[in-house]
Amino acid sequence: MNDMRKIERDANMTDTKITARGVNVYYGDTHAIKDVNIEITDKTVTAFIGPSGCGKSTFLRCLNRMNDTIDICRVTGEIRIDDQDINHKSVDPVQLRAQVGMVFQKPNPFPKSIYDNIAYGPRIHGLAKSKVELDEIVEKSLRRGAIWDEVKDRLDEPGTGLSGGQQQRLCIARAIATEPEVLLMDEPCSALDPIATAQVEELIDELHRDYSVVIVTHSMQQAARVSQKTAFFHLGNLVEFNDTSEIFTNPTDTRTESYITGRIG
Amino acid sequence: MTALPFLLLILAVVAGYVVNRRAARLIRDGGNRLHSMTSYHGIFSALLILVPVLTFTLLWLVFQGPIIDRITMASLPEGVLDGLDSGGVQLVLAEIKSVSRGQVFGTPEDWKIAAADRFVMLHDRADWWLVVAVCILSLGLLAFARSRVAADFRARQGVEGIVSGLMIFCSTVAIFTTVGIIVSLSYETMRFFDRVPVADFLFGLNWEPQIPLREDQIAAEGAFGWLPVILGTIVITVVALIVAVPVGLFSAIYLNEFAPKRLRSVVKPVLEILAGVPTVVYGFFAILVVAPAIRNFGQSLGLDVAPNTALAAGGVMGIMLIPFISSFADDALSAVPQAMRDGALGLGSTRGEMMTTVLFPAALPGIVGGVLLAVSRAIGETMIVVMAAGLMAKMTINPLDSVTTVTVQIVTLLIGDTSFDNPKTLAAFALGMMLFLVTLIINIFALRIVRKYREAYD
Ligand SMILES: Nc1ncnc2c1ncn2[C@@H]1O[C@H](COP(=O)(O)OP(=O)(O)OP(=O)(O)O)[C@@H](O)[C@H]1O
Ligand SMILES: [Mg+2]
Repeated sequence: MNDMRKIERDANMTDTKITARGVNVYYGDTHAIKDVNIEITDKTVTAFIGPSGCGKSTFLRCLNRMNDTIDICRVTGEIRIDDQDINHKSVDPVQLRAQVGMVFQKPNPFPKSIYDNIAYGPRIHGLAKSKVELDEIVEKSLRRGAIWDEVKDRLDEPGTGLSGGQQQRLCIARAIATEPEVLLMDEPCSALDPIATAQVEELIDELHRDYSVVIVTHSMQQAARVSQKTAFFHLGNLVEFNDTSEIFTNPTDTRTESYITGRIG
Repeated sequence: MTALPFLLLILAVVAGYVVNRRAARLIRDGGNRLHSMTSYHGIFSALLILVPVLTFTLLWLVFQGPIIDRITMASLPEGVLDGLDSGGVQLVLAEIKSVSRGQVFGTPEDWKIAAADRFVMLHDRADWWLVVAVCILSLGLLAFARSRVAADFRARQGVEGIVSGLMIFCSTVAIFTTVGIIVSLSYETMRFFDRVPVADFLFGLNWEPQIPLREDQIAAEGAFGWLPVILGTIVITVVALIVAVPVGLFSAIYLNEFAPKRLRSVVKPVLEILAGVPTVVYGFFAILVVAPAIRNFGQSLGLDVAPNTALAAGGVMGIMLIPFISSFADDALSAVPQAMRDGALGLGSTRGEMMTTVLFPAALPGIVGGVLLAVSRAIGETMIVVMAAGLMAKMTINPLDSVTTVTVQIVTLLIGDTSFDNPKTLAAFALGMMLFLVTLIINIFALRIVRKYREAYD
């Protein structure tokens, strides 16, 4: 409980974007997330680390209610984004997901042209009033996704024809195109080579000026490189949450220490 | 008697298995490392005996009859067959055979009785020779297989080789059958085109397949233009698709994405049962329920409705095709990776938007393939149209009129008096050939579309 108070102190210094209180997630009888409390700050990169199966993805998916799409999944507790309870029945999960974008572990461009991939979100949410405006959104998103130069001459070609790293940046650009406030990334670099990883990391660093970014990663180095805050999950519990530098240099919990030094996980 | 070779074969196979496995075990127990497990040694021997001996026996049984027929006929006394055409010779053979079975009518000539005796004797002898051959062959193979057993003998590869050979054979059976069908169809079709010009058939607008009953009957020259017939098929197919495609697609979409699990688990099996209903039953349904209903309804509107409307036949055929299309579409939709759904939902689309903008386009090749296969089924469907469509060929696209189809015509042409030397009967083969070509082309299209877009998502 000590560290929780510390978090609250830190959070007071900047705006809190997401607050989770007493979140529990069950898959049928499996208790996947156990009473997690966390406050995620605006315009920062927060990394979730922890051994495989500890519930990082599950918790991440709570934040945009993607768990609703899994029949057996049940979420309790309170999650607030900007003081709005996202599980309240007045909240439309569809609109929530436009506001909280998500990038998945495996690049999943639609089997459409690069242009249509980016324009997908703006189109279904009616963000562009004209073709010109849509063109602008597409170009802007691709630029922010650091992939514009590579694809600007081939916007009509299928997004599935790009390389893995390009596809992932395309997916990030696609998520940005709907102008979300929060960007959730579930192991976005696990399918990428070091060069593409570096590009995506650079991009994340770029993005956190405007968004709060939550990234799940298995790479300790990556967490250390891109995040300001790090949360360590273990067996469904949030064990420790603190500034990234603190976690990696001075962990308070022995489980955290063992994990980052490579003894569990 | 015919069972004996098979019994011997089974014995030999079992013996081969046991002998080789035992031998392999002995080697293993003697402290050697076997390359293959002992059971592979056994199976190798069993297969090595089974496959050749079974093939040999079956071939023998197939050819024994015709060969003995020939020997019998060839050994008849000089001159008794003089002046007989091939039909007459067949008749003589049939008589000899019936005498050999003890069914004697009247008083057959002495040479026929002698031939019958020879016939019986040849068959007896052949049966014994078969038993002997099976024994020798089995023992030989048994010994050969036994001689191969050794520590480093690759029995597993041997078994795999034999099994994959069997699989290759099985997978080519369908191809050879298709080739056989094409060849026999083309032969008869050629004979038809000897009698009726190709252009008359392909471009003729009249279909009246009569033939003169007597040589001097000139009035009843038939007309063999297939266009009205294929037009009837097209009309009925179109009606069927108008019913089946939307209903099938929407039910697939609903079941795949929107239906609660419980409903899906009830509706899907029911749809599959619908696919198993015999087409005769659909035919009943068409003539007893749908056709009268359409007729009454049409007449109440003051329309002129035929008793056998294309609408009734096509509509019922459409119902038959619903499960076909919906299960294809369901499979295609289910095959779209979960990542696509997550991607669409994660961007804030509703389930409906996800379906129309991502899933449906991604599944389209599979769906189109299913629809095209349904088209070829509709074109080839026979029973429903024989029962519910008309017999008269008309150049009309009015679904309230009665039309006939290619399959109906084939059936009516081949029913009753079927001598295969007049254009009326041969026309059935020409129609069959065209039907085959049309469905082949559609299937090729279907495969192409499916293949072209298959890698769209990955
Ligand atoms: N769809 C599901 N149905 C049932 N159980 C699930 C499902 N998804 C996850 N789980 C269970 O929930 C627990 C947490 O899984 P989760 O995917 O969140 O782990 P993770 O931390 O993301 O692991 P990884 O690092 O391997 O991705 C696991 O025990 C897993 O078996
Ligand atoms: Mg995960």
